[in-house]
Amino acid sequence: MNGFEAADLARIQFAFTVSFHILFPAFTIGLASCLAVLEGLYLWTGRAEFRRLFRFWVTIFAVTFGMGVVSGVVMSYQFGTNWSRFADATGDILGPLLGYEVLTAFFLEAGFLGVMLFGWDRVGRGLHFFATCMVAVGTLISSFWILAANSWMHTPAGYAMRDGRFVPADWFAVIFNPSFPYRLAHMVLAAYLTTAFVVGAVGAWHLLRDSYNQPARVMFSMAMWMAALVAPIQLVAGDLHGLNTLEHQPAKIAAMEGHWTTERGMPFYLFGWPDMAREETRWALAIPHAGALILTHDWNGEVKGLKDWPPDQRPHSTTLFWSFRAMVGLGMLMILTGLVSLWLRSRRELYHARWFLRGCVAMGPAGFAALIAGWVTTEMGRQPWLVYGRMRTLDGLSPVLPGNVALSLALFIAVYAAVFGAGVFYLLRLMAAGPDHVAPPASPRGEAAGMRPLAAAPAEPAP
Amino acid sequence: MSAAPFDLVAVWAVIIAFGVLMYVVLDGFDLGVGMLFPLFKERGDRDAMMNSVAPVWDGNETWLVLGGVGLFAAFPLAYAVILPALYLPLVLMLIALVFRGVAFEFRFKSRHRRWLWDAAFAGGSTVAALTQGVALGAFIQGIKVADRAFAGGPFDWLTPFSLMTGVGLAAGYAMLGCGWLIMKTEGPLQQRCFALMAPLGLVVLGFVAAVSLWTPFLSPAIADRWFSWPNLAYLSPVPLLVAIVALALWRALRRRRQALPFVLTLCLFVLSYLGLGISLWPHAIPPSVTIWQAASSPEAQRFLIVGVLVLIPVILGYTGYAYWVFRGKVTGAGYHS
Repeated sequence: MNGFEAADLARIQFAFTVSFHILFPAFTIGLASCLAVLEGLYLWTGRAEFRRLFRFWVTIFAVTFGMGVVSGVVMSYQFGTNWSRFADATGDILGPLLGYEVLTAFFLEAGFLGVMLFGWDRVGRGLHFFATCMVAVGTLISSFWILAANSWMHTPAGYAMRDGRFVPADWFAVIFNPSFPYRLAHMVLAAYLTTAFVVGAVGAWHLLRDSYNQPARVMFSMAMWMAALVAPIQLVAGDLHGLNTLEHQPAKIAAMEGHWTTERGMPFYLFGWPDMAREETRWALAIPHAGALILTHDWNGEVKGLKDWPPDQRPHSTTLFWSFRAMVGLGMLMILTGLVSLWLRSRRELYHARWFLRGCVAMGPAGFAALIAGWVTTEMGRQPWLVYGRMRTLDGLSPVLPGNVALSLALFIAVYAAVFGAGVFYLLRLMAAGPDHVAPPASPRGEAAGMRPLAAAPAEPAP
Repeated sequence: MSAAPFDLVAVWAVIIAFGVLMYVVLDGFDLGVGMLFPLFKERGDRDAMMNSVAPVWDGNETWLVLGGVGLFAAFPLAYAVILPALYLPLVLMLIALVFRGVAFEFRFKSRHRRWLWDAAFAGGSTVAALTQGVALGAFIQGIKVADRAFAGGPFDWLTPFSLMTGVGLAAGYAMLGCGWLIMKTEGPLQQRCFALMAPLGLVVLGFVAAVSLWTPFLSPAIADRWFSWPNLAYLSPVPLLVAIVALALWRALRRRRQALPFVLTLCLFVLSYLGLGISLWPHAIPPSVTIWQAASSPEAQRFLIVGVLVLIPVILGYTGYAYWVFRGKVTGAGYHS
């Protein structure tokens, strides 16, 4: 019984720390690319608003990145503290993947971050742009490796078993395991969308105050182009990922759909309450055949139902059903936002339609919410497996006392709430202050900008 | 694997040891700067202190991630045993690092709570240093292993020896930070650091001596390693070099040398680290598990070592470049002149 309690606490702890962590990199992956584009546009066109926007967003990037780093260091030790049997069993596979992430991405980001944030006056323009690009590339390389590792846990491949441990047999197969390309595309697009909606919300917020604010127009316009182009692509990527999941993790799909009995031409439930004990989806509101059409692209396609698996191998359908619908619903709203922006743009009302600007402010956190909903869907859908079909979650646990896990969990919750609460407060305040409050143009060393290394950061408006 | 021209596992042990050493000296000085924070009340001094490490702390801390992840990849058994054994000190260390890491940005964003982030920076740095030292001591004194898992109790790490190494490492970090500030600052701030450096150095040497004398008593194997013949002859340069470095440091301080105190403190760290390495080799988990027993499969070690051998020089190159960009004295001390 003790083991079970420790497992629950350890799972909550991992879910909590990783959910908090993912918000920061998801935002910085998109924002780093955005900054590279802004700085490139500035160097190319010489237009001041691009530079102003760069300096504005780079301060926000710095705060977010700092929180991503410290919450990420915690993650690199979570495997060992709470999941040591998992670490011992999979270290040969996951260790090198994470090792390459550190070597090819983390050092690159950290090494050039200092130059990007504080080196504006110390290196030439070209070198500074290069540093910004390296940070952006680093964030993308990082997603490559971490998603390869995560995907391997879902669709393990390229390994052999030796004394109960996973050992690599074919590294190419390990890295490019069956679900990896889909997961990587889906996640990077999600990061770009998350950033686009934050940038769009900040732009909209400032346009609501002054619809002729030029930097706000530029950022709002860029964000809406991203929404219009990327949100539909994400729908396609998500659909392909779903088909891949149906092939490799059909139990997850069945749980996501509240689908209990194997049948042809299954319906799609708009609403319902999958009941794990009664093995049925109650109060269902169904569209006939739509489930089969979505999942198999065939009017009468067959999809396996949850009852095909023994009860102890079923993911929690109630959770997955709703987390999946939350993600898809938010995705649809994003597509709608993009389409409306195109329509308003064609009528030259994009910066003036107050109802739309308000809507975009409200959509600011949509990317984060969709991201968490999506991760809940895929990771809860992996249960009860830690390495899908091979190692159960309960077998990965460390031999630690529940009291230890409970204490550390309580500490993490209290500390994260305080620290990241303050961080989000500072971020919102920076965003609300807007690009007009960015520090004056770069000055030679020793003058105002050189006094603080945060030359890029407008600390506080003078009291 | 028997066909390999060299012992891959031993190479990996050296790589991990190198990564941890890089972490200790690099994050060591910026944690040390944080620990010295409470001694400097003026805002200008504090700005300068923080600015001296702000562009590089993130890269410094990445070596900690490399150490953790490298251990996971090359010695998964060690990773899976050591981390649960040091559960509470490591969790405390991580939380402390959260506080001091965000303080770099938050401090300059806060309007009325600057004191709070000053405290987070100083407190986080101090707790991180202490817990790392405690973890080091607990590691040296040994960890109980059974059936490929940690078999001890949740407070095994807490002993007089580990508490001593905790305070000792924290003093060492403070000394590194002090040397760094001598190199990177000027004026009254630098003068105070010069004044602090000698007493800090004496305290640190005291701890180095205490650990050196205490460690052989922890295990007959360690005593044998150092005091049997001919090891005694081969290894005697290590303590001798420590004495020479200490003397050189004394002279450097009297002559008000700018960079030398920091460099010599680095030498002191490297020598102490070497001494610990000599005591513990070839154990991945003292006192029972060797690096060969804890190693991952050759396939895993070979795959990652390619990246390590190619990329670590590149990383050292651009990290060095980043330090070079921010070379010279910090100009942040504009207010208090």
